[in-house]
Amino acid sequence: MIAFIVNKRTVEFDIAASTPLLWVLRDNLGLTGTKYGCGIAQCGACTVHINGEAVRSCVAPVSRAAGKEVTTIEGLSPDLSHPCQRAWIELDVPQCGYCQSGQIMSAAVLLRDKSKPTDDDIDQAMSGNICRCGTYPRIRRAIHRAAAIAGSGR
Amino acid sequence: MSNPRLERRDFIKVSAAACGGLLLTFCLPELGLGENAADKRIFAPNAFLRIGDDDAVTVVLGKSEMGEGIYTSLTMLVAEELDADWRKIHVESAPVDAVYNSPTFGMQMTGGSTSVQSEWERLRKAGAVARVMLIAAAAQKWNVDPQTCRAEQGFVIHEPSERRVSFGTLATAASKLAPPKDVPLKDASQFKLIGRSTHRLDTPSKVNGTAQFGIDARVPGMLTAVIARPPVFGAKPSQIDGQKTRAILGVKDVVRVSAGVAVVATNFWAAKLGRDALRIDWDEGSNATISTAQLREEYAALARTPGAVTRKEGDIAKALQGAVKHITAEYEVPYLSHAMMEPLNCLVYLRADRCEIWTGTQFQTVDRDNAAKVAGLKPEQVQLHTMLLGGGFGRRASPISDFVVEAVEVAKAMRTPVKVVWTREDDIRGGWYRPMAYDHITAGLDARGNPVAWSHTVVSQSVLAGTMFEPHMKNGIDLSSVEGAMEMPYGIPNILVDLHTTKVGVPVTWWRSVGNSHTAFVVEAFIDELADAGGKDPVEFRRALLAKKPRHLAALELAASKGNWGAPLPKGYGRGIALHSSFDSYVAEVAEVSVNDHGTVRVHRVVAAVDCGQAVNPDGVVAQIQGGIIFGLSAALKSEITLDRGQVQQRNFHDYQVLRINEAPEIEVYIVPSKENPSGVGEPGVPPAAPAVANAVFAATRKRLRKLPIRLSDAVGE
Repeated sequence: MIAFIVNKRTVEFDIAASTPLLWVLRDNLGLTGTKYGCGIAQCGACTVHINGEAVRSCVAPVSRAAGKEVTTIEGLSPDLSHPCQRAWIELDVPQCGYCQSGQIMSAAVLLRDKSKPTDDDIDQAMSGNICRCGTYPRIRRAIHRAAAIAGSGR
Repeated sequence: MSNPRLERRDFIKVSAAACGGLLLTFCLPELGLGENAADKRIFAPNAFLRIGDDDAVTVVLGKSEMGEGIYTSLTMLVAEELDADWRKIHVESAPVDAVYNSPTFGMQMTGGSTSVQSEWERLRKAGAVARVMLIAAAAQKWNVDPQTCRAEQGFVIHEPSERRVSFGTLATAASKLAPPKDVPLKDASQFKLIGRSTHRLDTPSKVNGTAQFGIDARVPGMLTAVIARPPVFGAKPSQIDGQKTRAILGVKDVVRVSAGVAVVATNFWAAKLGRDALRIDWDEGSNATISTAQLREEYAALARTPGAVTRKEGDIAKALQGAVKHITAEYEVPYLSHAMMEPLNCLVYLRADRCEIWTGTQFQTVDRDNAAKVAGLKPEQVQLHTMLLGGGFGRRASPISDFVVEAVEVAKAMRTPVKVVWTREDDIRGGWYRPMAYDHITAGLDARGNPVAWSHTVVSQSVLAGTMFEPHMKNGIDLSSVEGAMEMPYGIPNILVDLHTTKVGVPVTWWRSVGNSHTAFVVEAFIDELADAGGKDPVEFRRALLAKKPRHLAALELAASKGNWGAPLPKGYGRGIALHSSFDSYVAEVAEVSVNDHGTVRVHRVVAAVDCGQAVNPDGVVAQIQGGIIFGLSAALKSEITLDRGQVQQRNFHDYQVLRINEAPEIEVYIVPSKENPSGVGEPGVPPAAPAVANAVFAATRKRLRKLPIRLSDAVGE
């Protein structure tokens, strides 16, 4: 039995410890906001938080989440109020949108660690997240904007 | 995909919804009606627009949303003429029905950067007819002259008596009226929505995980399948040992399908483990000898011989003979994978008398028909739900519906609902690439450095050959192989463009901007070579040759001016320009790059000017050009599919690389003001990116890069 908390809800599975967390989230819990993109931690579409850290869930065995708190895009805010979500909406960042859950989950950790990230900080924190639609210029602007939103406390 | 425009017909129907409030339902394109009685089923309710008595306006779109923003821009067309309240608008994905056929292509599909262009009239009419009927209903209710009423923000207003009534309140009454035969459309000066940057309707769902892509579809009792696919194109399994696979917890079955060997399980991970445990001996067949190195040699040899003529002006041999200076170059581009972020997938629920499909597709009609054939059903027994597409770029417009057909096959074998999911490796190695191409090009300059002859030979596979679209080839020529080269815009008196169409056992298809993705690189890099050979500035040189091409010229001028053409740059930096027209739009891009001592090229800034006619959603246009540039830069700098002994040598994003945020330049996009009808924006940003970068590298290093992806080690020059 592996037990952990997902978006503030406790879950328990009788499942092989090596099963990637991604597929437990998607197939067992129906949390499909977290995406499969590459399966080898190259694209970041599957990024979630485990105890607040950004983790590529496609290569993280579910055992790694045992006893911990997992947050997925569905749990980032109940009402689109997270500064990243607000900035992403304001700047119309997504195109196809498939990678954006992962982009936002990575950006959220960056902003928690650095309240005013520089472009270099953004490059470092976000280079593991691929976007094929090419929304990078907007992601960059949106992270700066989210920092401003968070900073102003609004 | 250059089919003739099909005759358009207009259909209007007003009907009552089965339950709830009465709905006003329209299906139109235009106003021809009557003659097409056989198409009665397209008069089904819910064709383009529904207005509920709760004031909700639902726009039903037969187009696929794959990031290009048409769920917003097409809806704007309806809302503009309807004078709807934008906050009350919803979009619904249409079923497969002839009424949603593309007026351009005669089938339900999304591609060719045509959506706004081809729906421009039809969807505005859909809105306008509704508005006229709502006004008529209000006038009747108030017993006033309709001419004294107007619509605004979801209400009909009668100013003389200061009365107003919402669209929803009028829905029942309006649904009883006869639709008007013809309605005038607004003049551009009256637009309130079109031409204004409007927030995308789908953004909220794409930032909280609720957006539903094909891969997210599920039905009760569904199984998931992963398919072991051939290591060489066309290889067939000769021996399958599924014993270890079947022992894996969750694996339900191992079944042969035409695509390979499917492992069906209760969840993706079990299916994937099951596939990894399969032991298959493959009969590799005749494609096991294909190698990129050998193809290059064959293509290069062919490129130096005359091909099938696609454009001929003047006397090329004579002109070359008379030229003072000759410049010859060879260019090459590799196979490329689309690598959409969402791997291909398809969920099929097959029953005795019907087949339900959930997938992200660009090709609804083709997929439905192909699925019906495999399922042994009639097309009307197949119900296809178009989900959001996690990128398309042409890969989800499959002439053979590969990702749909295989899922129907698995579902047929299993007799349960099954979702087939491709792994990233399946995607990268699965073919249907942008064709590899090799070009030989020669020009002659006169004594003043002006080009007098241009002879361009293209070697490439056809994306149409061997598909249902082969009849669109003429005399063996697939125009999409030479598009962009054939219409080369520069005023040169003697021009020859010819083509060798190769047959290689590597499946190819349209890839965002299709032939333009390769021809723009060749034409625009070579024009730069000619400018340099004649000692001329690349912008001045182009300008002098574009006297008869005002739209090209305007885009060029705007990009050059916004891109600070001619302004000094630091050492090691260079600025390059490229101009290309595709999908009836005109895009010029100025790239600023630096090249470091290790030969690493970094693109710092790209400034683009786009003339796409009337921009419906300007910020959406900007997004598409930004995205197109990034897509083009991936091809320019990073991506490449190669084969050795028939096997694709790349597997995933570690070796099929695409641009990442730390490599992405600043991008500025400027829209040329225009009153022309809208033209494409999804693709035209892609073609100029690679040549602009190659030209900028030359400006920085005096080295010519004639092969993509750009590697300084391939450079020729001083």
